[in-house]
Amino acid sequence: MAEYRVIGKALRKVDAVAKVTGTTRFADDLAFPRMLYCKLLRSTEPHARIVSIDTAAAASLEGVHAILTGRDLPIPFGILPVSQDEHTLCVDKVRFIGDPVAAVAATSEEVATAALDLIKVIYEPLKSIASAEEAVAHPEPRIHDYGDGGNLHKLIDLEFGDADAGIAAGDVVREDLFFFEGSTHLPMEQHAAVAMWAPPPDGKLTLWTSTQTPHYVHRAVAKVLALAPARIRVIATPNGGAFGGKSDPFNHEIAVAKLAMLTGRPVKITLTREEVFYCHRGRHPTLMWVRTGVKRDGSITGMHFRSLLDGGAYGSYGVASTYYTGALQTVTYHVPRYHFQGARAFTNKAPCGPKRGHGTPQPRFAVEVHLDKIAEQLAIDPAELRLKTLVPPNSLTANYLRVGSMGLGTCIAKVVEGSDWKRKFRKLPEGRGVGLACSSYISGAGLPIYWNNMPHSGVQLKCDRGGGVTVFCGSTEIGQGSDSILAYIVAEVLGVDPFDVAVVTADTDLTPVDLGSYSSRVTLMSGNAALQAAERARQILALHAGRKLDVPVERLTFAGGRVFDSKDRKRGTSFAEAVQWAEAAEGTVGTVGSYTPPQSAGKYRGAGVGPSPAYSYSACVAEVDVDPETGIVRVPTIWIAHDVGRSINSASVIGQVEGSIYMGLGEALMEEMAYRGDLKVVHKIPSLLEYKSPTTLEMCDVVTYLVEDPDPNGPFGAKEVGQGPLLPVMPAVANAVYDAVGVRIDEVPITPEKVLKALKRKQKGEPARYGPDSFPEIPWPEPVRVPTPWEGGDGKAVDRVHA
Amino acid sequence: MSNESKVKIALVVNGELTEVAFAPHKTLLEVLREDLSLTGTKHGCELGECGTCTVLLDGTPVLSCLALGLACAGHSVRTVEAMAQGGKLHPLQETFADLGAAQCGYCTPAFLLAAEALLASNPKPTRAEIKDALAGNLCRCTGYIKIYEAVELAAERMNGRV
Repeated sequence: MAEYRVIGKALRKVDAVAKVTGTTRFADDLAFPRMLYCKLLRSTEPHARIVSIDTAAAASLEGVHAILTGRDLPIPFGILPVSQDEHTLCVDKVRFIGDPVAAVAATSEEVATAALDLIKVIYEPLKSIASAEEAVAHPEPRIHDYGDGGNLHKLIDLEFGDADAGIAAGDVVREDLFFFEGSTHLPMEQHAAVAMWAPPPDGKLTLWTSTQTPHYVHRAVAKVLALAPARIRVIATPNGGAFGGKSDPFNHEIAVAKLAMLTGRPVKITLTREEVFYCHRGRHPTLMWVRTGVKRDGSITGMHFRSLLDGGAYGSYGVASTYYTGALQTVTYHVPRYHFQGARAFTNKAPCGPKRGHGTPQPRFAVEVHLDKIAEQLAIDPAELRLKTLVPPNSLTANYLRVGSMGLGTCIAKVVEGSDWKRKFRKLPEGRGVGLACSSYISGAGLPIYWNNMPHSGVQLKCDRGGGVTVFCGSTEIGQGSDSILAYIVAEVLGVDPFDVAVVTADTDLTPVDLGSYSSRVTLMSGNAALQAAERARQILALHAGRKLDVPVERLTFAGGRVFDSKDRKRGTSFAEAVQWAEAAEGTVGTVGSYTPPQSAGKYRGAGVGPSPAYSYSACVAEVDVDPETGIVRVPTIWIAHDVGRSINSASVIGQVEGSIYMGLGEALMEEMAYRGDLKVVHKIPSLLEYKSPTTLEMCDVVTYLVEDPDPNGPFGAKEVGQGPLLPVMPAVANAVYDAVGVRIDEVPITPEKVLKALKRKQKGEPARYGPDSFPEIPWPEPVRVPTPWEGGDGKAVDRVHA
Repeated sequence: MSNESKVKIALVVNGELTEVAFAPHKTLLEVLREDLSLTGTKHGCELGECGTCTVLLDGTPVLSCLALGLACAGHSVRTVEAMAQGGKLHPLQETFADLGAAQCGYCTPAFLLAAEALLASNPKPTRAEIKDALAGNLCRCTGYIKIYEAVELAAERMNGRV
């Protein structure tokens, strides 16, 4: 193994001092002279036609400078090209309680709020749709006039080999139903944005916003405001937590931009916590059905998986989310034949989207609990069952995902040993139990969100004659440490101190495009781009240093802020002087680097979701205490092993693992985006007090094992860590609850009520289970049939047979 | 409303006697951020639910979003801006930075101040005491573990053991 000076070390993050001194400037910390404050009027109806909006009284209020309604911004937008279904402010109808209908800019938040009270909106209510099942049953009235019919936004049917025949070949064929309740990101920072307009001839808009995706915001603002992208500068301020909740372009960002243009003054909006719940874009509530055939030796013969997602009121990332509920079942265990059917419904609730794990925690919960049940049926230890069916490294799955390094076997071995699994499983006293689950996640999506053949990440690098290095990259710091990753990689290659590397990120005027901080893509993609830029700079510096020092280039070492002959360390110079020599010889020393993921193997329609340059792997054991009197589940300890390929910073990697376990624990036990009222469309709990999330008193101990199985596609072998370790927590806890008290909770969150209901059923001799008991009839389309790689497939779908 | 007359109070902010005029309905959080430009103090709900706006009032952690600015007249307020002194970080800031206890950093000022108050009254807290003292502060990034470790390490250093 190569010796690294920076890579893998538990160094401080480059922004750590700013974070601990409170000097990091978040979006709401920005203030400008003459700044106005924006407030949005939000719909009080779940589904209604807008009859009229009267803003006259509000406009005459002293201190109000501008009011916008939907007709002022008629161009729609949305994150995916296939679902441009949002307006900055609703035009003809509202689709959920919280949908914005008007925006006010005033001299203070108080005046703006008072103005909202003076705006009169007349609604003509429409029947509302509260759940995915209701959407299936009621195609009318349609919430949107596009999609795959009625209130079904998207229908997917993909079949890789003859799955029914495969399943039938199993010695055991098992069918299960699961439900995963929706949850939200709950970043501590409420979304905020500030816009400033320089009038013509400059005609330039600047937007500071707490977004994970400044590039996509840039595109959406240009589209809706019909401005040239060159006249828009989007700066993503450091995000005070995001977790996927700040990945969409948002209506409030466009509203302040338009208001700044209208008033000629800076305009700021900071959402209230209640409004953050309406922005949502969180985990889709998902109903799932799975049938699997398994041989007595534990090998899987085929799997059929169905998901029904409650998408809420808008498209958001939903088409991708729906594909993700079916994409990654195949990358952990070898599934030789696989059939996936997924459906996403529109409902009159806050829109769902990508939350940490994006569409994969739900099916992972289902599959891992399903496998636990299969293992019991086969009388095989669930850890052993998984070890028997692992996907081999460097292989292609039934759905044409290319697996590279694969450390899941090592991960399982680590948590089995660390948790003392063999002495605990099915052997602990009643009320205490252990459960095991595994997972995998992508290290960035193989395809961009809008089709193009440009790089996914770009870096520019400048060497200063004083010895400093500046890295420019569009990547966005959301707390995960992406700024530091750039500095560490450049410092490793150029042999300088990472704190001598200045990092400039997430500014569309200054930085090359990086697609954004989503899908766990940043370390791998911006890391590779930085690596390329740094290696090119090193080549330039080495060329001239070699000449001056009279040392062959291949013998030069860059380390400790020096450039020297590896055979004679005294023959060398400072990094700064090496830059000066190069600059004198050929001018400013600057390079670029970029990264484009490898071509995907799948060529069928729908093959765009799932491919990744590399997959991370995790295995998890949870130990639980279940109180049979109250149904309360407590989790004292979780053991987690994560195959990260290679740690760029081991402290940051462990921080991501612990944070993932924390968020998974919340989803396992308490977090739910619940709706109430007769129509079940009023958000039950839009507050931090009522939306329960783990405090220090609920958080478990975490024992982390890092498994480093370097992947050739990752910078220094690195794969993702920000999302994958969340996935196995929910099923591990559910499996542990079964081990503890013998009831199956096939639904998260595992609340005390559900545990008590299942325990009562057990006492009565009924099936000891809490969970869904049916999956509705869905008008599935004819499947896209793709022969598997081992059945002569080439990644393309076969022609449909027309009857 | 916009013409609401301001009130002027005097209080000690980060050790300095400070006079500040503001609309009387304003919370301490708003006075600090908007009238004194001390934006190191953050907010997550402005309803007293998350602990993100924690500051020390006469040495005791309070939720600045629930404290009226007016009620702080004559009192002493400490914010994160005062923790680093003479160009050097406070031991808690050092350990939070070293151990990765700050990820996005948004809740960090509140955790630092709550931890500082804990260590002032209990220089050698157990893990359980740390959890108890920080139970009113939410963090969505870290899972709290690195925060406990940072508080423990700072306590050791402040007690001169490391």
